[in-house]
Amino acid sequence: MTLTLSLREQPAVPLEAEVLSPDRLAGSGRDEIEALPVWHGNERTRVGEFFTVSGAGDDDVRIEGDLGRVKLVGAGMTAGRLTLAGDAGMHAGAGMRGGELHIEGDVGDWAGAGMRGGRLVVRGSAGRQLGGVYAGERAGMRGGEIVVGGDAGAQAGAGLRRGLIAVAGRVGDAAGLRMLAGTIVALGGLGARAGAGMRRGTIVTMAPATPLATFVFSCIYRPPFLGLYLRRLRALGLAVSDEQLEGRYARWCGDGLNLRRGEILILEGGRSPSVLERLEADRRHQIAGLDAPRR
Amino acid sequence: MKLHGAEIVDTFAEAFPMWGARVVITAANPAWALEAGRSLTGFATSVIGCKCEAGIERELDPDDTPDGRPGVSALLFAMDRDGLAKRLVERIGQCVLTSPTSACFNGLDAENTVDVGGQLRFFGDGYQASKVLEGRRYWRVPVMEGEFLVEERFGAVEGVAGGNIIILARDAEPALRAAEAAAGAMRAVEGVIMPFPGGIARSGSKVGSRYSSLPASTNDALCPTLRGQVEHTEVPHDVGCVLEIVIDGLALEPVREAMARGLRAAAESGASRVTAGNYGGDLGPFHIHLHELVP
Repeated sequence: MTLTLSLREQPAVPLEAEVLSPDRLAGSGRDEIEALPVWHGNERTRVGEFFTVSGAGDDDVRIEGDLGRVKLVGAGMTAGRLTLAGDAGMHAGAGMRGGELHIEGDVGDWAGAGMRGGRLVVRGSAGRQLGGVYAGERAGMRGGEIVVGGDAGAQAGAGLRRGLIAVAGRVGDAAGLRMLAGTIVALGGLGARAGAGMRRGTIVTMAPATPLATFVFSCIYRPPFLGLYLRRLRALGLAVSDEQLEGRYARWCGDGLNLRRGEILILEGGRSPSVLERLEADRRHQIAGLDAPRR
Repeated sequence: MKLHGAEIVDTFAEAFPMWGARVVITAANPAWALEAGRSLTGFATSVIGCKCEAGIERELDPDDTPDGRPGVSALLFAMDRDGLAKRLVERIGQCVLTSPTSACFNGLDAENTVDVGGQLRFFGDGYQASKVLEGRRYWRVPVMEGEFLVEERFGAVEGVAGGNIIILARDAEPALRAAEAAAGAMRAVEGVIMPFPGGIARSGSKVGSRYSSLPASTNDALCPTLRGQVEHTEVPHDVGCVLEIVIDGLALEPVREAMARGLRAAAESGASRVTAGNYGGDLGPFHIHLHELVP
């Protein structure tokens, strides 16, 4: 049997509910759960004021309703499985260390920020700073997996140190901003300034992209490790095509302003010109004394 | 005891513990995977002269490998865990890293592990990079051909080495036919290898020799040509050829199973007698009695 919490009424202002985590809920009785503290704006209140509690369970918790205004759901969780049958607010799964957090709708900003382990799965889209870094922290996500079925906002994977962020759709601007290591896979493409300031790590995109000028083209090849990652993403339910699995990728090394040990891998093929054709066009323009063609 | 007309001698194979690892090699096509596997397991027939014993366990379909490419699995055995680690680093470094398109993975989940990729990474001269996926660390070593991917740690188990059957026949033709059939039957067993050429040794040895520097020498009691010279021959007058199959396994049961299958196949295929090698029971803790293997 699953422990189920149902949102009874929408909070007037965001509700901060770090207690909505299997670590606090699993194995607790209904009265205990209803008495757990939450912050409604600047007012300290109880879970029971907003949620009805039914069922019981050890590790499997389900929360129903539109939790778009509920922050910190699953934050810091270490084990178990938490399913949100709807949207989730900001900081969902932030700092989680283990277990699985499944969000069947969209999730707000800072989802999985500072995550250390476990798996965060978002069926919809994610806001800004997915797996990101909080101000003052040396690094953002340090482990675990984040899988997003829709799009992700700007600065996904900012400060990433370890772990995997995979987005089926498009990732916003400055993905992997100042990332230290780890892997970001954007199946639907990248926004501008991806990898700005990155030291190490990998950003993979399946759509054409123009890296920053501080990235240097290396070669087109089939990265052996990528087969492992893409097969893993396929197992996690993302639509990874055979073309992506077997494809050739252009490797751009950067950021030249910061160690240049990172890489952006861009799937070659489709209708866009090959990176080699574009580099040749740039060279011809330079020989002719012209600026590089605008793209 | 008779089996399909062959006499099964009432004796036992004396096996002893050795540390073993399973190496999974993948490549762009089955031929190159096999090439790397053969190179890895070359010159590894006997721990006495080669410091380890190794062989190809089986070929792998793309669905059975970590990166979805065709592969082979090989087993490698050494006398202790440190020796196993050294041999793995040497052989993967010299034979797999160098082989075009190869990648190399641990194929054994075990409590004990040894560091392999963590040593080989230094070939990257500082340009190596690591990836951690599902708790396993992989090293990406840049090479002229592209990138060599190798898993950091390989599982190590205390296995069983020195399982054996000895096939006696009228002359070389039926002996070889019986030995080939036996080796073929043994190859169907998972978790074992037969480290000698084609799985068959024509030069079984005894411990020691009349020369002080030689730790092993020809098994004169089983040499048909010496039947009239040695004091205690084990060769019947109607036997003109003796061949041995040595079996190393990751556990005792697969070794027993391989011996049982080999015994039956040899008896059906021309052997006039099947026996086994032992040292009087004083050397190895595992005694596999041939009569217990006969159905």
